[in-house]
Amino acid sequence: MDLFFQLIITGVVIGSIYSLLALGFTLIYKATDVVNFAQGELLMVGAYVCLHLTVSYSIPFIASFVITLIFTFLMGFFIEKVFLRRMIGEPIISIIMLTIGLSSVLKSIVQIIWGTDTRTFPPVFSQEPIQIAGLSISRVYIYSIVAVAGFLVLFSIFFKKSKVGVAMRAVASDQQAALSMGIDVKKIFALSWAIAAVVSAVGGIFLGNINGINTSLSHFGLMVFPVVILGGLDSILGAIVGGLIIGILENLAGGYIDPLIGGGAKQIFPFVVMIIVLMIKPYGLFGTVEVEKV
Amino acid sequence: MNYVNCGNFKTSYTKDAEVYQTKFSKALIWGFVIALFGLPFLLGPYLLYVMNLIFIAVIGAVGLNILTGYTGLISLGQGAFMGVGAYAAGYFSLRWGIPFYLAIPMAGLTTAVFGAFFGIPSLRLKGLYLSIATLAAQFIIEFLFIRLEPITGGVTGLSIDYANFFGIEIYDDFRFYFLSLTICILMTLAGMNMMRTKLGRAFLSIRDNYIAAEAMGISLFRYKLLSFAVSSFYAGVAGSLWAYYTTIITPENFTISVSIQYLSMIIIGGLGSIQGAIFGAAFIVVLPEFLQSISDWAGSYYPAMTQIIGSIKEGVFGLVIILFLVFEPEGLVRRWRLIKAYWKLWPFSY
Repeated sequence: MDLFFQLIITGVVIGSIYSLLALGFTLIYKATDVVNFAQGELLMVGAYVCLHLTVSYSIPFIASFVITLIFTFLMGFFIEKVFLRRMIGEPIISIIMLTIGLSSVLKSIVQIIWGTDTRTFPPVFSQEPIQIAGLSISRVYIYSIVAVAGFLVLFSIFFKKSKVGVAMRAVASDQQAALSMGIDVKKIFALSWAIAAVVSAVGGIFLGNINGINTSLSHFGLMVFPVVILGGLDSILGAIVGGLIIGILENLAGGYIDPLIGGGAKQIFPFVVMIIVLMIKPYGLFGTVEVEKV
Repeated sequence: MNYVNCGNFKTSYTKDAEVYQTKFSKALIWGFVIALFGLPFLLGPYLLYVMNLIFIAVIGAVGLNILTGYTGLISLGQGAFMGVGAYAAGYFSLRWGIPFYLAIPMAGLTTAVFGAFFGIPSLRLKGLYLSIATLAAQFIIEFLFIRLEPITGGVTGLSIDYANFFGIEIYDDFRFYFLSLTICILMTLAGMNMMRTKLGRAFLSIRDNYIAAEAMGISLFRYKLLSFAVSSFYAGVAGSLWAYYTTIITPENFTISVSIQYLSMIIIGGLGSIQGAIFGAAFIVVLPEFLQSISDWAGSYYPAMTQIIGSIKEGVFGLVIILFLVFEPEGLVRRWRLIKAYWKLWPFSY
């Protein structure tokens, strides 16, 4: 039973990071109809920038965390302005390929600057695990869950209450109507990329604290697809719930199926789940069903 | 736009639908094909190697273009399907001792079955959802390559004998050139002609408007699966050729990045054009070789460069895709048509 709970806890931690990534993905998809295959690279860039600031300039972790968020915000803004702005109205395959191209470019820049070796954060969080109900949980897990939950709450308030957040939701539900009501749709597009980059960076920084940082972090970008398919591509609630479910399922598969078949189940299981979801409920748990009639 | 030479009138629909618009273009194309067969006597082993890679890539790219360019179904799994072809050919030749000229079409058929199976989600999904489903197919197949050890040999892979054509062993670049060129021409011709048949027109109509296509009596179920099957058949042939070329089949040759390379081939070449697939395949095969030679040259001056050269190559690859999408979204084939039109109209450009 201990193993079970341990797996669940790891699943929740990883799953909450998936949720953040999926949130970024969903934001971009909702506002701009762009499928972002470079989400994992945004995460990786955030993690590396934060690491660089803490290690090379020995800036305190909190400060470099904030600087990283500002940096990634501007980066997301820039990416939308320079690349995605030109692709409005292009077929979906072109946009998919553009983000794939973007992901190679980002990955290559990171490798040129920081190399391919695995690096670790200096111990930011206390290494001593916390004992809860007989289970030892490492502190970084607790901080991750708390921080991720905080960010998710922050964003839901932002979308519900703030003027920009409401404008973003308006653009997401109907671009034409939003445009005619005087909302600057271009600004919203750029903003959704910026926010997506920020939330990915948060995920990347915590992931980096848990596992260390190398370029394989970008694989997390692919895990976003099972999450958003399960939750529904255009649902923020779906991104959160889907992230947790996939994170937990993935870890359970890793714990119970891997020993039977000799590894690899953890990586593949989310995709199997995804195929099943696609076949049974293509629009996910909370996604909007597109009705097509002649 | 299709420019036709002055004085070349069409008086019947049959003439209008001819493959070769004029005798001159027919002569030109056949001349080019014959020249291709003469080429290996002039080229060194390295260039022959590049040419062989191009021929294999052309087959895969034509297949993907039938699926994505003509039928409008995006697939991120072409690399995995090539792997299925390679492993099938390896299995047939190793376990059953089947000669390569039977093993290659059999591998193609096996892959076609696989492709049709993984194409089933396309009946309910389209566009983005379908591309994500094929992404899952890619990962699941990759996983099978590693885990199905009795068939695929796991991470160590399979090692097979060179193709043996009635006692002639095809063991070097020179000999393989003729094999790959012949298969490449056959497959390309088949693809070109397929698009002139009922099958090809059904694919096109599904791409342009699937609701209208269905209303006109085209069975979406049958033709979408057929499109996946045909495309996977091409992937299987390309993969099995690759297997006979390298004689070692390992999972890392058929990863997601291979699928992405094939997608970029058809985008850079031109979606929905066989010619475009050829251009794109040549471009994407030559680009890394070109970058490698530049980096070798630069590495002799700046030894530190060699460390990061792999990363730079990847970045340039991504950048090329982005630049093409932004500045030449219809691909190389459009540029080619513009050049042709320029010479037809020269010196009167209007």
